[in-house]
Amino acid sequence: MKVALFVPCYVDQFYPQVGIATLQLLEKLGVTVSVPENQTCCGQPMANSGFAYLSHGCDENFVDSFANFDYVVCPSGSCTLHIKDHLRAEGREDESSQIRGHIKELTEFITDVLQVKELNAKFPHKVGLHQSCHGQRGLGLSQMSEVVAPPFSKPEQLLRMVEGIQLIELDRRDECCGFGGTFCVTEEAVSVKMGIDRVADHIKHGAEYITAGDMSCLMHLEGILRRQKSKTQVIHIAQILNATTR
Amino acid sequence: MTQPGSPQIPLDHASRAEMFNKDSSRVDWHDETLWFVRAKRDRAVKQLPEWESLREAASTIKLNVLDNLHDYLLEFERQAQANGAVVHWAETAEDHNRIVHKIIADAGVTRIVKSKSMLTEECHLNDFLEQQGIDVVDTDLGERIVQLAGEPPSHIVLPCIHWKKEEIGELFAKHLGTTPGSSDPGYLTASARVHLRTHFLTSKVALTGVNFAVAETGEVVVCTNEGNADLGVQLADVHIACMGIEKIIPKRRHLGVFLRLLARSATGQPITTYSSHFRRPRPGQQMHIVLVDNGRTKRLSQPDFRGALKCIRCGACMNTCPVYRRSGGHSYHHAVAGPIGAILAPGLDAKEFGDLPFASTLCGSCSFVCPVKIDIHNQLYKWRQVIVKEGYVTNSKKTGMKLMAGVLSRPWLYTSGGKTGRWLMRVFPWLVNNKFNPWYKQREMPPPPSISFQRWYKENKS
Amino acid sequence: MNSRDRILSRLKEARVSNNKLPEIVESVLPDDLRQQLTSVLQGIGGTVVTTSSLKDITSYLLEKFKPAGRWISMVKDLDIPGPSLNGNPHELENVQVSIFHGHFAVAENGAVWITSDLMGDRALPFICEHIAVVVGSSDIVPTMRHAYDRIGNSSQDFGTFIAGPSKTADIEQSLVLGAHGPKSLTLFLVS
Repeated sequence: MKVALFVPCYVDQFYPQVGIATLQLLEKLGVTVSVPENQTCCGQPMANSGFAYLSHGCDENFVDSFANFDYVVCPSGSCTLHIKDHLRAEGREDESSQIRGHIKELTEFITDVLQVKELNAKFPHKVGLHQSCHGQRGLGLSQMSEVVAPPFSKPEQLLRMVEGIQLIELDRRDECCGFGGTFCVTEEAVSVKMGIDRVADHIKHGAEYITAGDMSCLMHLEGILRRQKSKTQVIHIAQILNATTR
Repeated sequence: MTQPGSPQIPLDHASRAEMFNKDSSRVDWHDETLWFVRAKRDRAVKQLPEWESLREAASTIKLNVLDNLHDYLLEFERQAQANGAVVHWAETAEDHNRIVHKIIADAGVTRIVKSKSMLTEECHLNDFLEQQGIDVVDTDLGERIVQLAGEPPSHIVLPCIHWKKEEIGELFAKHLGTTPGSSDPGYLTASARVHLRTHFLTSKVALTGVNFAVAETGEVVVCTNEGNADLGVQLADVHIACMGIEKIIPKRRHLGVFLRLLARSATGQPITTYSSHFRRPRPGQQMHIVLVDNGRTKRLSQPDFRGALKCIRCGACMNTCPVYRRSGGHSYHHAVAGPIGAILAPGLDAKEFGDLPFASTLCGSCSFVCPVKIDIHNQLYKWRQVIVKEGYVTNSKKTGMKLMAGVLSRPWLYTSGGKTGRWLMRVFPWLVNNKFNPWYKQREMPPPPSISFQRWYKENKS
Repeated sequence: MNSRDRILSRLKEARVSNNKLPEIVESVLPDDLRQQLTSVLQGIGGTVVTTSSLKDITSYLLEKFKPAGRWISMVKDLDIPGPSLNGNPHELENVQVSIFHGHFAVAENGAVWITSDLMGDRALPFICEHIAVVVGSSDIVPTMRHAYDRIGNSSQDFGTFIAGPSKTADIEQSLVLGAHGPKSLTLFLVS
């Protein structure tokens, strides 16, 4: 199985430890992972701001980097969803379509493709799981509270395999954190209020760590936590699943 | 209570939302009140295992209506006329207002009662009639409150959700003569009952909205909890029912789907107190039905956006929207606010309402509470592309995006740009940690690492 | 071409022949319709009384509302005056209690279906202070889908579903019974 790792641009630049944890985790699970060296960005920042027409350069570069793998795995629900819905390099529809059909977010790759039933991971802490919206409602990583349907959660399923972890309940299980791409600065007041409320919900229920499948959400929540000088920290789910000793 | 639309207040959502957020505890109150309504909705719908099938059925029926609207409207008109109603067709908001005014003028009155109608808000009917010397009394309690305050409603179902009871108490003391300082909802409601009953008994003309118009029978269905639509109509000589053309449903039995979805989605009730089917006017009474286009036929021809015409105006999208709850309906500066407003308004005027599709994180919650399965979050994304293409964004944003796209699509530029940026942040943190950086206002910047993942990979793995 | 023609011609262009209309959406039905009806209606501020005799209705209502004020009953044999309606709804303004037959009740939401031929005057069910409705105890349908099956293509001039007393929660979401319509609703299920 030829698997390529797609590292979101802000993870590459600001949270390399998440990329490292993802790589190490996949290798531990027996996957041989390629890391295409010229990858940059999926183009979502432009597209979500209404400038989808400017993302052809990113699309082109993405197809150059990721064509012809069996799976492309990405530790971000929103980047994965963006590629799945919108990747269309001009004149390269076959390759684009192949990638769209084979890109997986990290947790769904582990549960659905690798079908892992146990993990050799230990993280004895109280952890709040933040359900990032695009992963949840877009990729179907977990059941959303809006619909009347049986509950499930792929990230939670994996977290429960981690020794010592205590997952906390929240008042609002899947409300948006408020990051929203450029929204975080164009609607700064509402974005921050949403983040403050999310953080408060986690802290109220005793979270030592807030985790999620999207570092963008966590970057925003971390900015608020650190401004509050809170002891609660953020950590990407890859880092928990990869944690052997702590 | 600030007056939206007055010159000192900026028009765009982001600015208004920022002002709304200055009073953080009030935002908490507004947010919790609306979340409470969302939670009631959840409890109500989870009692129906067939809920998702109902949504699918409603969506399918509405899509059928949109595809065959020409034929259904003709059938509706034929039936309504056979029932003794007069059917009017209005292409624009202005046409609608003129038609309604003429009916009122022909009745020889200068005051009417009106129950809730988002369509009349959209057409700014009240303002138009006031200018013609017609006094309009909104009889829905929430609408009457905002009317007395000189404001538009902030929510299509809960018009004064942004008002606290103490503030309503003050308003009633001023306008209805209630005891100053009293804020008991029971007392205030009872006072409004007496005040509005006088209007019901003295108004010869009653205007209502239409929740559903049945093509098969020509009847119009109006749903209220208060009974104000019914009291108004049954005591009046003239009933004017105003509706957007998309409010049609094919058959009476389809109400068996829609009336199971509407109130549960809106407020978590299994049904509104009254679901009244007006088919034929009382002997001696006139019934007028005004069918309004106002951009709906145009929207019908837009495949990306026509789905918004399925809307049954339940407001569920507003209650669930984390942005609406923390910015309030007036931040949307439009009759219909929230997620559905953000995809309807730009169709009327992309310049004036071009800010609305950006007032969202695209979380998608709205689409999944929508009883008729409008893909609101997808339409928000698509509207953004249209608004940018039509040029309704600032030049600085355009330039910034072009720059970003240029850097992100060139690996060497991305790598060196990222490295330089992080270096600058480490060595000169004040470059970004300052008041000109909107991120930094209330959040710390992410710590800039010394190497990127790609660099680490090169050095350690490949 | 007038407005109507212009609107219709635009709609004609947008016409897509789509005959897809869904069949029935099946529901999970409760075992005991009367129990569900009672619990739902009481939950929304109504009162449910089971009785086997019309006489009980009169005595119950007199006990609850005292004989004060003007009462009108559309239900015969109750010892309560029928309407002497002259077609002027305004003179019904002072009615304290009015009593009607209902065709049937809906268990899932506590609503009763009443049509204009049973109302006397169409304003009466809305203008009185308190309303009472009499429905046969076997005339309960599970859901609105069943309700419309029962209504079929009946030709009433005006009909309404009434679910409990009139109400509003417009003031800070506090529920108040008796907004503009009746302040209470009493449903008699008669076997």
